[in-house]
Amino acid sequence: MKRFAQLFTALDQTTKTNAKVAALAAYLKDAPDTDKLWTIALLSGRRPKRGVTTTLLREWAAETANIPLWLFEESYPIVGDLSETIALVLPPATRSSDRPLTAWIETVRDLGQYAPPDKKRIILEAWDSLPPIERFLFNKLITGGLRIGVSQKLMTRALAQATGIEEATLAHRLMGDWTPDTTTFDALILSENPEADASKPYPFYLAYQLEDLSMLGPPEDWRAEWKWDGIRGQLVIRRGTHHLWSRGEELITDRFPEFAVLPDFVPDGTVFDGEILAWDHAADRPQSFNALQPRIGRKTVPKKLLKEAPAMLYAYDLLEHQGQDIRNQPYDIRRKHLSELIATLPPEAPIRLSANQPFQDWDGLAALRETSRDRLAEGFMLKRADSPYLSGRKKGDWWKWKVDPLMIDAVMIYAQAGSGRRANLFTDFTFAVWNGNDLVPFTKAYSGLTDAEFRQITAWVKRNTVQKFGPVRQVTPEHVFEIAFEGIQKSPRHKSGVALRFPRMSRWRHDKPLQEANTLDDLKEMLEHYG
Amino acid sequence: MVLEFKPQGIYCPAGDFFIDPWKPVDRALITHGHADHSRWGMKRYLATEAATPVIKHRLGDINIETIRYGEPRQIGSAKVSFLPAGHVPGSAQIRVEVAGEVWVASGDYKTVDYGLSEPFEPVQCHAFITESTFGLPVFKWDRQEDVIAALNTWWQANRDAGKFSIIGAYALGKAQRILANVDTSIGPILTHGAIENTNAVLRAQGLPLPPTIRVTADTNIKDHAGALVIATPSAMNGPWARKFGAASTAFASGWMAMRGVRRRRAADRGFVMSDHADWEGLNSAIKATGAERVFVTHGYTAQFSRWLSEQGYDAAVVETEFEGESLDQPEPDVVE
Repeated sequence: MKRFAQLFTALDQTTKTNAKVAALAAYLKDAPDTDKLWTIALLSGRRPKRGVTTTLLREWAAETANIPLWLFEESYPIVGDLSETIALVLPPATRSSDRPLTAWIETVRDLGQYAPPDKKRIILEAWDSLPPIERFLFNKLITGGLRIGVSQKLMTRALAQATGIEEATLAHRLMGDWTPDTTTFDALILSENPEADASKPYPFYLAYQLEDLSMLGPPEDWRAEWKWDGIRGQLVIRRGTHHLWSRGEELITDRFPEFAVLPDFVPDGTVFDGEILAWDHAADRPQSFNALQPRIGRKTVPKKLLKEAPAMLYAYDLLEHQGQDIRNQPYDIRRKHLSELIATLPPEAPIRLSANQPFQDWDGLAALRETSRDRLAEGFMLKRADSPYLSGRKKGDWWKWKVDPLMIDAVMIYAQAGSGRRANLFTDFTFAVWNGNDLVPFTKAYSGLTDAEFRQITAWVKRNTVQKFGPVRQVTPEHVFEIAFEGIQKSPRHKSGVALRFPRMSRWRHDKPLQEANTLDDLKEMLEHYG
Repeated sequence: MVLEFKPQGIYCPAGDFFIDPWKPVDRALITHGHADHSRWGMKRYLATEAATPVIKHRLGDINIETIRYGEPRQIGSAKVSFLPAGHVPGSAQIRVEVAGEVWVASGDYKTVDYGLSEPFEPVQCHAFITESTFGLPVFKWDRQEDVIAALNTWWQANRDAGKFSIIGAYALGKAQRILANVDTSIGPILTHGAIENTNAVLRAQGLPLPPTIRVTADTNIKDHAGALVIATPSAMNGPWARKFGAASTAFASGWMAMRGVRRRRAADRGFVMSDHADWEGLNSAIKATGAERVFVTHGYTAQFSRWLSEQGYDAAVVETEFEGESLDQPEPDVVE
């Protein structure tokens, strides 16, 4: 674990990308293969199964630190991280250990087999033999969520430096349903022809928001697709099976049983990229995102939900065709294969082509974009006609061209401190609109201000607290903020009767007097229009 | 009550004076020179001999009397004395005795002696007013030797890489603590004007500090390659720090014990160094007073007073305008 802790420290002590990549590349050159593989697994969101509950960890930590549990619980939100809180409250270790990362992971992985008293003994021994940083990492191995400021992209770049293999190739090799228990460093990373894995997806191609339409050049070089508001998904059909991957590389096959029929219709060796939407079969059009929402978190889907919000794959790209990776072929060719393939499918197959929107010039397309909300779309995707399917977020060939957000001016009425990186700053705010002389809360927002603005508002909150409710402070209504959001829907759960999608603070309206903030009627009008 | 808590500050009716008031009053007893304890607008001030030069430097032309540590002084029917608090040079706890009952207002304090400030002296009392800036069990300071060794290693590595090492530290206390302990053979030390002004005051009263170079508009930075640069926390993210070009940045603060805070400041390094007591320090200091009543002022007041109550103290929270150690509070004399 010492070498891994060194790596962690090196990564944690710099904000510079190159230094991070260099530290990680050095580690991926000289660490033992099993440690390398586990490090790659951890940095791509894989982790050993949790063998003990965090409730027990908290109790044991408080007991070992000789403090009451409530005091531990009060400290946790201030530190913002459970693993770190435990590492900080415990007394110094009295022993030391040279076990490598993989050995500790095995300890963590095997915890599940033991009864609580044995679990406790194993964990207390570990805590007592690890210095603070290693202890923190050990806790992270148990609880998961080790975020150390290295994206999968950076990790792939470091791995490319360490192995001399091209980044895009590695990105593909790293995808899919592997764990360090099912493969080896050699087989996963170094092998020229990794044994074809029926479930392995391709890295998603992601787009940036378009800043300036005039940079695109002649419209005839471009294709426009409506940008649908669902879940981005990649559907892999090979060897008579199907696998559905989310953009976050999560296998979500079982959450959408509708697609189980597809291997009956779609030939093996086909991979679609598209948007999963809740479908209105009667009108043959998408339902709003709100309809899909209840399905996102569920591992198993009740019948009622399957009926109310049946899933449809709105396909917009074809990555594998007749068993061949066609990502390097031009967009137009891939789309031709895609539309021909979909044309052969019967209507009961839950897959549709996300059609291109024809257009003559940019002005015409801009006018159409204004109708996005009525069509339940978020705007357009613009894709260059000859673009290959790249991996990761790249500029140049694909752009998101979303409609401008909805805006409302609201009054800040409650504030709460952030956690983690933002502990001891007030960053979580509740906003209200006028209803006669009352302020009705309608949304929370956490982001959009600069660090300097957060510091400024934090100082103000401290001096203008009217009342405290636990961690929440009621503040004097004084500041007006412009809240930007992507959508609005009816919500019986909220006092205001509405819920917003992706609300954030777009501007601190220092210029706006309190009385000129928007009203509940303004919100209701928006609901009428866009809900 | 020997001391009362009023909207202006901590008040002694028997002596008709306030301790570290935050609103203008006639007579103010000041524990130390930090801006949240020593404010403008009092008709008369009283502080220790060692604290007074900095207070005068910061507040300008004020009517201030001095007192020695341990010197008894009668104010009205209150018997007052100042005892070392170990926080910064000249800092004091103020002991107030009225008709045999002793209360102590401790201001800010640190129980471990690192050589720069007069070491903290536990004072027997009936009631103790304590800070709780770091009043949670997650705050435990490493030994200063280890922190300084890490700081030296960091500085040396940056110097060898041709970079400046910029560290953010309070102008009064922390900056001098770094100066007094760092390995000056590694390279030259540059200071922000606000820090150098405080250095000058402390040197004039006899505090031994190594030579430093004040950064001014005329300073040719290239002449001091590889230097350690000591900056006020608020100068760290501004144009002042940017002119050093390739530099590694760090903060020296108790808050650096928390990874989240360190990351939010976007500094390369965080050195856990505080002039406030940590969890053990607070608990041992309170125990040593023998006090039955404890008033908890700034910091994690609710949690710390509940903990003290469970330990058998008669503990309560008092709202004050003290700030403790804050990374976000600009210091008054930062702007030159």
